[in-house]
Amino acid sequence: MAKATITFEDINVTVTVPAGTRIIEVSEKVGSGITYGCREGDCGTCIMKVTSGWNHLTEPSVLEDKILRENMAGKHNRLACQAQVLGGEISVKPV
Amino acid sequence: MNGVKLEGDDGTPIAVPLSERVHWVGAFDPNLRIFDIILKTANGTSYNAYVIRGSDGVAVIDTVKEGFAGDFFARLESVAAYSEIKVIVLNHLEPDHTGALPELMRRAPQAQLFISQKAQTMLKGLLKQDTLSFTPVVTGDSVSLGDRSLEFLHTPYLHWPDTQCTYAPEEKMLFSGDVFGCHFCDKRLFNDSVGDFRFSFEYYYAHIMRPFKEYVVRALELIEPLPLTLIAPTHGPILRDRPQHYIQRYRQLSSPALHNELSPNQKTLLIFYISSYGNTRRMAEAIYQGAMQVEDVRVSLYDLEGGEVGPFVDLIEEADGLVLGTPTINGDAVKPIWDLLSSLAVVNLKNKLGGVFGSYGWTGEGVRLVEDRLRGLKLRVPIPGLRVKLIPTDDEILECTAFGLELAQELTGARLSKVINFADLA
Repeated sequence: MAKATITFEDINVTVTVPAGTRIIEVSEKVGSGITYGCREGDCGTCIMKVTSGWNHLTEPSVLEDKILRENMAGKHNRLACQAQVLGGEISVKPV
Repeated sequence: MNGVKLEGDDGTPIAVPLSERVHWVGAFDPNLRIFDIILKTANGTSYNAYVIRGSDGVAVIDTVKEGFAGDFFARLESVAAYSEIKVIVLNHLEPDHTGALPELMRRAPQAQLFISQKAQTMLKGLLKQDTLSFTPVVTGDSVSLGDRSLEFLHTPYLHWPDTQCTYAPEEKMLFSGDVFGCHFCDKRLFNDSVGDFRFSFEYYYAHIMRPFKEYVVRALELIEPLPLTLIAPTHGPILRDRPQHYIQRYRQLSSPALHNELSPNQKTLLIFYISSYGNTRRMAEAIYQGAMQVEDVRVSLYDLEGGEVGPFVDLIEEADGLVLGTPTINGDAVKPIWDLLSSLAVVNLKNKLGGVFGSYGWTGEGVRLVEDRLRGLKLRVPIPGLRVKLIPTDDEILECTAFGLELAQELTGARLSKVINFADLA
């Protein structure tokens, strides 16, 4: 299975993960400051900043785009509960 | 009434002139005691709105809380006809300034509404009118009223994302929204007439603007160069006497307090603890010793029982890292810790370093709960909290020392990054 790495910049931790992993599956286990609410892409609590490797994540769905807009998310912000890793190296941090 | 005539001979509210072309058309709310849950006021507040007349039309800048719309419309009608209103500016969309907007737009349907870029989604959320048309503006945008004009300054987070200020260059007046405002109700209206209101001005800043100091500084970069005869905020006295004084005060309040005490590379780490039998205190002292080993980190140790929350909040605001020690009692961290944490909403904690430790007797949930709260407050919590069952052993004290050392190293960037395999995560 293809591998990827996610670096959580706020805690200086890098995790090697299989492709298809969602950020939510990893961030809490390592203690990153990304916080969660509904965990199903509806509340916008888990908006995070993707500082590099934006193209190594799945495209945001129409619904995720809507939630990001409603929460005035900035460029390269994603919902950690929705974004899935495709491969390569990705860095994220809480907004 | 010190020369301010607020009502006509028949008792109808009338506008108050700030210049030949500018009028105050706001309302007084002397009975208000609590504003937005968090702010007290001993004499109420005012909702200030303004009208400016140019050779090519009239602009209304902000409105009032819905229940005070009667006074607002009466004052507006005393200086302008609705058909003359060309422009409506909303510097801030909070309901105490937009309450009269729907009715104003109904009475002046030809008026063009100007709001900040970030106000667009909020306007829809507040008014629930998808068909409302408006013009979003940023710094550099302006609108002409003929021989008068309005220039917009993008000043976000003072104190909502949407907030902006509006400058009238020909009048040299700044319509500042909530910036430079305060909840102080005095019908003498002007700062040179209302007496000493400094306590209210400072209190308002401390609760409303303080969490957004970095944005205050950015806004001041735009405001400080402006020639000013007067600042017209949306609450409290109109600042016509020494308006620059209030700008300077905002600059002072928003500047780092430790600026001259720390070298550029020095970091500050604060350890707060509370202890019932001395076990969490012993942990705190060992963590302190560990952190002290790192050069360029100034570490301070405080017992929460020995101080008040307010000064501790001041300390935390200026610090780079915050470590909290709490016992667990009945499955929770103890109240003084939560009291401190619930008082931190007035300061910006984003990206400060956080850490938690504590001794426990049964289950030790307190440390994890406080860690979660620190993350919720946007602190970084890179090092898992340290828990010790009851009395720390010598080895556990060494763990505490190492915990303190690691926290201090994290502050200086000396801590090594960690690489983990997903399969190894619990």
